[in-house]
Amino acid sequence: MDERFGGGVDVGSCTTKVVIVNRRDEILGSAVVYSGTDFEAASKEAWTRALEQAGIDSAQVGRVVSTGYGRKSVPFATGTLTEISCHGRGCLHFFAGPITVVDIGGQDNKIIKLDATGRRVSFKMNRKCAAGTGAFLEEMALRLRLPLEDLDRMARAADGEVSLGSYCTVFSATEVLEKIKAGHPVNRILRGVFRSVVKRVMEMDTLTDTVVLTGGVIEHNPFIAELIREETSSSVVIPPHPQITGALGAALYAVDEEHHGR
Amino acid sequence: MTEQPKTARKTIKAVAQMKSLMAEHFHSLDRAVKEGTPKVAWCTSVGPAELLHAMGFRVYFPENHAALIGATRMATDFIPVANSIGYSPDICSYLTADVGAYLSHRTPLTKSYGLETIPKADVLVYNTNQCRDVQDWFSFYAREWNVPLVGLHTHRGVKAVQEWHVADLVAQMKAMIPTLEEISGVKFDIDRLRETVRLSLECTKLWRQVLEFGATKPAPLTFFDATIHMAPAVVLRGLPEAIDYYKLLITELAERVNQGVAAVEGERHRLYWDGMPIWGKLKDLSEQFSALRTNVVASTYCNSWIFDAFDPATPFESMARAYIELFIVRDESYKEAYMNEWIRDFSVDGIIFHDAKTCPNNSNNRYGLPQRMAARLGIPSLVINGDLNDLRCYSEEQARTNIEAFIEQLDERG
Repeated sequence: MDERFGGGVDVGSCTTKVVIVNRRDEILGSAVVYSGTDFEAASKEAWTRALEQAGIDSAQVGRVVSTGYGRKSVPFATGTLTEISCHGRGCLHFFAGPITVVDIGGQDNKIIKLDATGRRVSFKMNRKCAAGTGAFLEEMALRLRLPLEDLDRMARAADGEVSLGSYCTVFSATEVLEKIKAGHPVNRILRGVFRSVVKRVMEMDTLTDTVVLTGGVIEHNPFIAELIREETSSSVVIPPHPQITGALGAALYAVDEEHHGR
Repeated sequence: MTEQPKTARKTIKAVAQMKSLMAEHFHSLDRAVKEGTPKVAWCTSVGPAELLHAMGFRVYFPENHAALIGATRMATDFIPVANSIGYSPDICSYLTADVGAYLSHRTPLTKSYGLETIPKADVLVYNTNQCRDVQDWFSFYAREWNVPLVGLHTHRGVKAVQEWHVADLVAQMKAMIPTLEEISGVKFDIDRLRETVRLSLECTKLWRQVLEFGATKPAPLTFFDATIHMAPAVVLRGLPEAIDYYKLLITELAERVNQGVAAVEGERHRLYWDGMPIWGKLKDLSEQFSALRTNVVASTYCNSWIFDAFDPATPFESMARAYIELFIVRDESYKEAYMNEWIRDFSVDGIIFHDAKTCPNNSNNRYGLPQRMAARLGIPSLVINGDLNDLRCYSEEQARTNIEAFIEQLDERG
């Protein structure tokens, strides 16, 4: 078999994602592992798992594009691109432009606008404050002594919402404790926590055209998409497996370069 | 998509001469303090330095010192010291870095020029055309040393400079003269002021010429060079040395242009930088842009020392006009038109707005200007969150990723 596959490695602050695609842009394998403190080890682990799933070995992969916070820590990458480019490319695989990509990551949020031809028009990242990111939800889960995987279900089941006013993650945590002391049910507070994430996203930029949500936070908390739909008249869609969209975009760039010289 | 090599920008040879000029500037101030003559005046960077030179003062610029604190990465040691005595982390980090350095009995002038301390002022003279913080900054030293404090209160948000703006500032300058005469022991002489304004005009014309080399493709200098080479236009304006220096620099830059030498090898993109430099990150940013084969060819900040209005025939009026015509004191419509002009003339294909946490007056992205300019010019922009001196407000990774992503976007546009 002489086909050369393309690999994408997205080393995020929380998780490392790998996607392997063939020249027809079909996903053959993917993996998600915790990034931990050793990005190189995490990228190798995810790479091995994705190759196993794809049923190929490393030598069959031509180009590997790394992206994300730890993109410079992937020794087997043949090139790097920022996660802004890769999330955009990954979304265009499923949805035609013009689209607005909203990526809610572990440590930062991004809003990326692509025009009808798929060309990027603008992008914004949250300021260095992590308010409204996955780190915010992790902090809240910790304060409430709740497993992260229960948040979506509990917020969805709430019969009301307790509003949080603070921007700051630490102050929000204090506010949450005050709400508990005041006797508010935890699931209503959680819905308020989710609403806070949405507010932080909505104030970053306008949401225009079709809104595509990506990132691990959406993958594990799809209820956030429903809250975003309440705030915008735009169509809000989620690609399959939104956590790996950045890695997919990187893999598609790798295939472009390998087979199409782009 | 491949890794970019780490590339330093090409060194400008004239920098050696500039270093020696700056050394003499600080040594002369040190001598003046030790010998008690001539008297030392502290002045804000946009004047009224001309009046002070004309009255025989050695002039020291604390903003230059604060930038040096930032560039030597000492600022985050000093800022908390000022914070602890009531100067908020949200106010000007030039002020907090400088006051903190004073309270810590340290200065980068020791390592760079062998000075034990900053030169103590005999008089403090501010101009609020930069911001109100300079007045508070100088007030600290006025209380500390019990020395006179005088200042100019410039109009702000100016759309078009009016005669009454000029008349007001002229009156304020003239009102300072008795105090300055008493401190310096020098009688005001209009001819000496005319001569100083003439020298300042010549300096500023040459500085404009230096910056206009950035319009050449490829550009022979970068914004990062200009932030260094602007020092004589700031601290030696009104003195002959600055003129000699810029003639030397212009000769070198003209040679580069004749030989087709680019400051950034393989220049692909040309950017405009709005806002303050991030002093502690100049080298890192310069290297990142060079590696991306991108040159920041023009900036609002370095243009701030171009004073076309100076006229020896009408020294007071022209000084007043020069101080009020400044970008920083103008309204949004003027700022937008001004930037449009430079962006057009310098063939710029992207704009970077530096949103400096502690410097609202130099952060022009906060009232929708990037969006208006993108709509009008079709040129994309990027906002970098940071600060002039307080690196606690700067996220290295965020900034690097934003810049890299911005260049990818420009690449995509072709």
